[in-house]
Amino acid sequence: MSVHLPVLQVIFPLIAAPLCLLVRNPFANWLLATLVSWLTFAIAVLLLLQVLDAGVITYALGNWVAPWGIEYVVDELNAFILVIVSGIGAVVMPYAMRSVSGELPDRQISLFYTMFLLCLSGLLGITITGDAFNVFVFLEISSLSSYALISLGRHRKALHASYQYLITGTIGATFFLIGVGLLYMMTGTLNMKDLASLLKPLSDSRIVLAAFGFIVVGMGLKLAVFPLHLWLPNAYAYAPSVVSVFLAGTATKVSLYVVLRFIFTVFGFEFSFIGQPLGLALLILAISGIITCSLVAIFQIDVKRLLAWSSVAQIGYMLLGLSFATVIGVQASLLHIFNHAIMKTGLFLAMGCVFLRIGSCRLEDLSGIGRQMPWTMAGFTICGLSLIGVPTTAGFVSKWYLVLSAFEKGWWPVALLIVLTSLLAVIYIWKVVEVAWFHEPSDAVKAVSEAPFLMLVPLWIVVGANIWFGFETSGSVDVAAAAAKALVGTVR
Amino acid sequence: MWDLFLSHYNYWIVIFLMMIGFYIVMSRHNLVKKLIGLNIFQTSVFLFYISVGKVSDGTAPIITQDISRYSNPLPHVLILTAIVVGVATTSLGLALVVRLKEAYGTIEEDEINDMDAAD
Amino acid sequence: MSGSLLIALSILIPLAGAGLISLSARKPNQRETVTIITAILLFAVNVLLAVKLFNGETLILEVLEPIEGIPVAFTIEPLGMLFGLIASFLWIVTSFYAIGYMRANDEKHQTRFYACFAIAISATMAVAYSGNLLTMFIGYEVLTLSTYPLVTHHGDAKSMRAGRTYLGILLGTSIGLLLTAIIITWFLAGTLDFRPGGILTDKASDGMILLFLGLYMFGIGKAALMPIHRWLPAAMVAPTPVSALLHAVAVVKTGVFVVLKVIVYIFGIDVLNASGAGEWLMWIATFTLVMASIVALTKDNLKARLAYSTVGQLAYAVLAGSLATQWSILGGSMHIAMHAFGKITLFFCAGAIYTSLHKTEISDMKGIGRVMPFTMLAFLIGALSVAGLPPGGGTWSKWYIALAAAETRHWIVVVALMLSTLLNIAYFMPIVANAWFVPMAAKSVGAMTAPVEDKKLREAPLFCLIPICLTAVGCLALFVLAGDVQTFLAPMLDGLAEKGLSQ
Repeated sequence: MSVHLPVLQVIFPLIAAPLCLLVRNPFANWLLATLVSWLTFAIAVLLLLQVLDAGVITYALGNWVAPWGIEYVVDELNAFILVIVSGIGAVVMPYAMRSVSGELPDRQISLFYTMFLLCLSGLLGITITGDAFNVFVFLEISSLSSYALISLGRHRKALHASYQYLITGTIGATFFLIGVGLLYMMTGTLNMKDLASLLKPLSDSRIVLAAFGFIVVGMGLKLAVFPLHLWLPNAYAYAPSVVSVFLAGTATKVSLYVVLRFIFTVFGFEFSFIGQPLGLALLILAISGIITCSLVAIFQIDVKRLLAWSSVAQIGYMLLGLSFATVIGVQASLLHIFNHAIMKTGLFLAMGCVFLRIGSCRLEDLSGIGRQMPWTMAGFTICGLSLIGVPTTAGFVSKWYLVLSAFEKGWWPVALLIVLTSLLAVIYIWKVVEVAWFHEPSDAVKAVSEAPFLMLVPLWIVVGANIWFGFETSGSVDVAAAAAKALVGTVR
Repeated sequence: MWDLFLSHYNYWIVIFLMMIGFYIVMSRHNLVKKLIGLNIFQTSVFLFYISVGKVSDGTAPIITQDISRYSNPLPHVLILTAIVVGVATTSLGLALVVRLKEAYGTIEEDEINDMDAAD
Repeated sequence: MSGSLLIALSILIPLAGAGLISLSARKPNQRETVTIITAILLFAVNVLLAVKLFNGETLILEVLEPIEGIPVAFTIEPLGMLFGLIASFLWIVTSFYAIGYMRANDEKHQTRFYACFAIAISATMAVAYSGNLLTMFIGYEVLTLSTYPLVTHHGDAKSMRAGRTYLGILLGTSIGLLLTAIIITWFLAGTLDFRPGGILTDKASDGMILLFLGLYMFGIGKAALMPIHRWLPAAMVAPTPVSALLHAVAVVKTGVFVVLKVIVYIFGIDVLNASGAGEWLMWIATFTLVMASIVALTKDNLKARLAYSTVGQLAYAVLAGSLATQWSILGGSMHIAMHAFGKITLFFCAGAIYTSLHKTEISDMKGIGRVMPFTMLAFLIGALSVAGLPPGGGTWSKWYIALAAAETRHWIVVVALMLSTLLNIAYFMPIVANAWFVPMAAKSVGAMTAPVEDKKLREAPLFCLIPICLTAVGCLALFVLAGDVQTFLAPMLDGLAEKGLSQ
C-alpha cells in the first residue's frame, strides 16, 4: 500500500470529484470531501516522513518506466508543498459546510464540492509529478476548476473576475506549453530528471533560452508576479469565502513551486542564475511588487481585496528570497511559502466568518464587529500580527530568515527594505483591527452573533499553527532547509 | 533569407497565428472575440507541437512490418490532451460570457468595467 | 520550588490572571479580586526569586528554540530582578488604585482594561528576566500591543489618534531599527545572549559600534529619547492608572532598562568607551533632559506636564548608560527604582484630583491642598523625589549620575544636570505652592458638583488614597534604603569593567 502513496495522493480527490456529482446531497458531499481532504493530508504527511527518512521516492505511473512513462517524484521540496496544499484543504473543508450553505444556492453545492476536489487534485498533481507535460495537464485541471469556483461568487463582479482570470491563466498555461514544447524539441524527453541531464550541454542554445523565458513568464502569470498580478485581487475578493481561503493559501504557492522546480532542477542553477540575470530581474520585480502592492493594499476599503493585494506583496517576499540564489535565501523563501499560507488562510477564514454573518467585508460595515464576534476577530488579529512579522508568530520567523539571507549577501538596503515594508503591513492590518475593535458597533453589526463553531475550529487551528510555528520552528525550518539544500546545495 | 523562411515555414505560420491570436485577446473589448483570439493563440501552439513531431519522409505512426520511418507520435498524443483542455477552456469561457451577459446586459468589456467602477 | 519554575510562574501568573479576568466579565467584584490576588501572587514569586538570587543561585529557564541558536531564554540578574520587583510591587498598589479610580469615574470596558493590564505586566516580567535579545524583543512587542487598547480606552477620536501615534512610533522604531540592530548583532556576534562584558568585543569596528548604538537607542522607542518621545505625551489620554503604572513605570522603565541592558551586556562598557560612540548619545540625552523640562514648564495640563517630566527623567538613565562607568550604571539602575516610586505617586495624585474635583489643568488647582491635604502632601514628596532632593529617593540616583559626569570630566553635563534639577523644581513647586497657599478661586468651584466652601475634606476614595500614601512612603523609604539597593545591584557592578571606578 505504502508504495502507492504518491499516486493515491492525486487519485483520491480525483475520484471523489465525480462521485460528488453523482450523489448530489450537500451533507453527503461535504462528508465525502472532508474525509478525502483529510485522507490526502494524511498521505502527504506520510510521504514527507518517508522522504525525510529514506530520501527521494519515485513512482512509475502504470509501471511505465521513465523517461517514457510518467513518473511521480517526491523529494523534500514537493513533499513540503504537498503538506501545505493538502493541509490547507483539510482545514478548509470542515469550515466549508456552513460557509458554502450560507453563500451558495443549494443546487450549486454539489458542483462546488466537485470543483473543489478537482482543484485540489490538480494542485497536488502539479506538485507531485516529475513530468513536464503532466504539469501542464494538472495545471489546467486546477485552473479550469478554479475559474468555475471563482465564478460562483455572489457578486456579479465575480463573473468578470473569473473571466479575466480565465484569459490570463490560459495565456500563462499556453506559454508554459510552448516552453515545454521547445524543450521537447531540443531533447526529445519530458521527464524532468532526463531534461536536466540533457539540457546541461545545451546551455548556449537560443531555443533553450526561449523555453526558459516562456516557462518563467507563463508561470509568472499564474503566480501573479508583479506586474502580472492584475487578475488576482478581483478573483480573491469576489470568490466565495471558502474559495478565497483555499486559493490564497495554495494556488500561487504551487505556481511558485513550479518556477522553483524548473529554475533549479530542470534548467539548473548555473543556467538560471549565472547564465541569465534572473536573480537581478526577480529582485527588481520582487521589490517593486512589495512596495507597490503594500501601498495599494493600504488604500483598499474592502478587506478581502486588501488581503488579496497583500498576497501579491507577500509573493514579492517569496521571490526576494529566491532572487538571492543562496541556500538560506531559498530556505527563507520556502519558509515564507509555508508561513504565508497559514497566515493568509487564517485571515481569509476570519473574513469568511464575517461575510457569513454580515454579508459584506467592506471596512465601514465592520465597525465594532470585534465586540460581536470576538473569537473571529481575535483570530484575525493574531494572523494579522503574523503577517506583520511580530515575534512569537510564524511570520516573524520567515522575515528573520529573509533579512538574514539579505545580510549574508551583504545587501543591506534590501534587508532594511524588508523590515521597513513590514511597517506598511502594520498600517493595513491595523486599519482593520482598529475598525473592528475600537469603533462603536453599528446597528447592523449589533444584530449579529459569533460565527458557527464549525467555522471557528478551523480558524483557530490555523491561528494556533501561526503561534506554534512562531515558537517551535524545528518542523518548518528544518524541512525548508533540507529542501533548499537539495535545490541549491547540490549545485554549489 | 528566403531559404530560412521556406525551410522553417511551419514555424512562421505558428508565430504568425500566435501573434494574431494574442493581438485579438489584447485589443478587442468584445468578450466573445477575446475567446476567439485565445483559441487562435492556442491553436498555433497545437500546430507547433504537431509539426515538431513530423519526421521527413515518415509515415503515420502505425507499426507494420515494411515501414521503418514514421512520425513521432508522442507530440500528437500530447497535443490531443491540450486540444481537449482548449475545448474545455473555450466552453467554460463561453458559459461565463453567457452569465456575464445575463448579469450585466452586455458583452463589451469596457461597458462592464464602467459598471464595475460604478458600484 | 526550583528557580526555573519560579521564572515561568512569574510570566504565567499574570497571563493566567488575564484569562480569569476575561472569564469574569459580568462580575466586577470577582474580576477585581482576581486582579489583586494575581498581583500579590506575582509579587510573592518575585520575592522568592530575589531571595534565591541574593543567595547566589543561578536562575535560568530555556523554553523553546524558534530560531536555531536563539532560544526563548530567561536569566535573572540583579538589574532585572530589581525592575521585576518594583513593577510587580507597584502592580499591587496600582490594582487597588485602579479599582477606586475606575469605579469612581464609571469607566467602560473595565474587563478589557484589567485583562490588558495583566498581559502588559506579564510582558514586563518577560523583558525584565529575558536572557537574550530575542526574548526581550518578544516581551517588548507584546508590551506595546497589549497597552494599545489601554491607550485607546475611551474609544473617541482623540484617543484613537493618540493610539495611532503610540503604536506607530513604538512599532515603527522597534521593527524598523531595533529588530534590524538585533539581526545585525546576531549576524556579527553569532549570539544574542546578555553576557557580562558584552558580546561585541572585537566583532565590530568603531564605526559599526556607532551605527549600532544609534539603531539601538532610537530603536528602543520606549526610552523616549528626543525626537521619538511623542508617543509618551500621546499616551496620556489613557485612564490615569494606566499612565501611572505603565507610562511612568512598566513601559518607559522597560525602555531604559533595555537601554542599560544593551549597554552593559551587549556592547559592554569597555567596548563603548573604547569606541567613543557614547559621546553623541550623551549629548542627545543631555539635550533631551533639559529640553523636556523646559517643555514641561509650558504645559498646563497636569498629566502632560508629568509626561514631559518623565521624558526628561528617562533621559537621565540613558545619560547614565552613555557615560558608561560603574557609578553611572549604578546611578542609572537606581534611577529606575527611584523614579518609578516618585512618578507613580505623582500620577496617582493627578488621578485623585481628577476623580474628586474633576480638574485636569494646573491653573485650576489653586487651593486644592486645603481639601485634599493627604494627596497634595504625597504630591510634594513625589515631586521632591523626582527632582532629586532629600528626603526623596531620587536624590541618590541623580547624585551618582552627576558624580559619574564629574568623574569623566564632562562639566557641561554636570551643569545641565544642575539646571535640570532647577527646572524640575520650577515646574513642580508652583503646583504645590498654589495648592497650599493660594485660596481656591471661587469661580472654579461654583459650577462643580458640591460646594467646597465648607472646607470639608474631599479626598479621593480610600482605594485611591491608600495607594498614594503607600508610594509616597516608598519614596521616603528609598532615601533611607538606598544603600541596600546598591548592595543588591553589587554583583552586576562587580561584573563591569575593573577600570570602571578609576576612570
